[in-house]
Amino acid sequence: MSFDQFLQYIFSGITSGAIYALTAIGFTLVFNATQIINFSQGQLVMLGGMTAVALHGAGVPLWGCFFAAVAIVALLAVGFERVAIRPLLRKGVLAQIIATVGASFVFETAVMLIWGRDAVGLPAFSGEEPLKVGGATIVPQTLWIVGLTLVIVVALQFFYRRSMFGKAVRACAVDPVAARLQGISYSRVVIFSFALTGAISAAAGVMITPISFMSYHSGSLLGLKGFAAATLGGLGNPVGAVVGGFALGIVEALGVGVVSAGYKDAIAFVILLLVLFLRPVGLLGAKVVVRQ
Amino acid sequence: MKKVSRVSLLVLVLLIGLLAVLALGCGGETTTTTAGEVTSTSVAQPTGEPVVIGAIVAATGPGAALGEQERNVLQMMETQINNAGGVLGRPVKIVIEDDKSDPKEAVTAANRLIDQEKVVAIIAATTSSSTLAVKEITAAKGLPQMAMAAANAITDTAPMEWIWRTPQKDAMAVARALTYISGTLKLKKIAVLHDENAFGSSGAAEIEKTVASAGLEIVAKESYKTDETDLTAQLTKIRGANPEVLVVWGTNPGPALAAKNMKQLGMEIPYIGSHGIANKTFIDLAGEAAEGVVFPAGRLLVPSSITNPDQKAITDLFIKQYTVDFGSSPNTFAGYAFEAITLLVNAISKAGSTEPAAIQTALNATTGFVGPDGVYNYSPTNHDGLTAEDMIIVKIQGGTWVLVE
Repeated sequence: MSFDQFLQYIFSGITSGAIYALTAIGFTLVFNATQIINFSQGQLVMLGGMTAVALHGAGVPLWGCFFAAVAIVALLAVGFERVAIRPLLRKGVLAQIIATVGASFVFETAVMLIWGRDAVGLPAFSGEEPLKVGGATIVPQTLWIVGLTLVIVVALQFFYRRSMFGKAVRACAVDPVAARLQGISYSRVVIFSFALTGAISAAAGVMITPISFMSYHSGSLLGLKGFAAATLGGLGNPVGAVVGGFALGIVEALGVGVVSAGYKDAIAFVILLLVLFLRPVGLLGAKVVVRQ
Repeated sequence: MKKVSRVSLLVLVLLIGLLAVLALGCGGETTTTTAGEVTSTSVAQPTGEPVVIGAIVAATGPGAALGEQERNVLQMMETQINNAGGVLGRPVKIVIEDDKSDPKEAVTAANRLIDQEKVVAIIAATTSSSTLAVKEITAAKGLPQMAMAAANAITDTAPMEWIWRTPQKDAMAVARALTYISGTLKLKKIAVLHDENAFGSSGAAEIEKTVASAGLEIVAKESYKTDETDLTAQLTKIRGANPEVLVVWGTNPGPALAAKNMKQLGMEIPYIGSHGIANKTFIDLAGEAAEGVVFPAGRLLVPSSITNPDQKAITDLFIKQYTVDFGSSPNTFAGYAFEAITLLVNAISKAGSTEPAAIQTALNATTGFVGPDGVYNYSPTNHDGLTAEDMIIVKIQGGTWVLVE
């Protein structure tokens, strides 16, 4: 493997990794507030992309599509929480997780019925002329995605550590009952987390559509990779989600280079299992808090 | 209080959904179809018990983009055939079932058609999986089946005594693409990039099987998952092996992603696709990167490519009739249904009987039968009808398809 090739694998890994990272952040936010693993996470990303494409087709400028898709999917996520998650509060986390699986089918089927089965694309935000670095190339859209990922993760760190509400969210994650005894509104925290997840997922969806297209069934693979990234980095930690995402992307790309594309998922998941054996909480996961 | 807010939110969400449907779903323009029948010259009206033919298409579900037009064609042809005097002096009745793109539904439909409708033959199905499922039943009961799907196994693996197909099978597309590379481009070292789904991996297996006899050599072979987000890693690996041409076997959106990623990496070797990208979606997705992409396809994709006068006449007539009835031009799948019903009715008429064994003999003896896709020659051992030469090589130029050879 020449150096140019190596660099290109790294860039490929960064491109996929940034997409996984943005999806993984969504898993983290919902998990943090509710201990729910949201299996419709990938579909929220897909909804963001598909909504933006529909708006763009109707003549809305690109940035308008971006913000409208973010707002619409955030509202949808809130609606989803109200309709499917909240009523199951007393049935426990497992019932709620199953509800998210159901929601993923509803989202996919609805998108298929409304917008059809064809894959669709969006123009890149700032052109498609690739940037040359050494002997390797990277498209500007990837830089947008990496930039958005970094902005989101820094903003989330500030929010969770510095703001009162952010601390309230963390308190709910540790112990909802104790948090409520301190006067924190658990339901507000949950609603807020779903809205934020919807918004970030939609932003991710709009950003990645110019690179990899979007169709009604794109969500499942995104969700799977995002979940693996979130677990690798440590569920519940946004920085971990980003590290996990990039690690997964780069390992996969190098897996293609060293072995073959047919084995890249196997390589990535073996590494994920190894990490979880050696460090069950993930790369950057917090110490396990035993909840009684 | 809590109850009220939940209900109001639900209403809000539903309203947003409704608005979205109204705003975006109804964007399509309404077309007015001019009612007009292509009536044939007056012939004796068919009388007596109808000849009942069953059909199973994927009018809904994932295969709907293909099956809907097939259903249209079969409805249209029932009228056309009866206006032209039916078959054996009797009217034709085509009972069409929707298998919802699901092989299990196809099996139920086939049993119903045979047991209750007492059909003399079945046209089935749109998708390869449904076709293979129905094949088990028709083979067991000894009933003729006309297939409209492309998987090799439909006619390659036993039992095949009771099934004939109208599309070009997948192996023909592979053969056509490889001949183009070795014969026209005169290149030798190929790289293969394929989808890991059934279509892509069976195509890749067929390439590996036949590459040596085509005088070619595979220097790199990589795969991807249907919804993968980036293929630059696979392409970098392929570039490292220095192939002279890249063959991409898959259905959308993977091949479009490969075209864009090749452009990003500055790879300038020829891109040969499969018949899986013989649709507008590929051009829409890949945009400028689609320019110069070459792939094998059925002749109906570029109707002007048809030079055989008989084939041209039947194609023009078919396109005209379809356009009058449905207000849009037919796609290649509509052509497969048209060929299936005309071949079957022709065989019944030649057999002079609706007995399965007589129809079987007549179909096996069908040679030189012209349809839009080519000239059909069936025999007891060849139930494919077409050959690789019935496919054309198409290049994408200026956002549209141009005939290469």
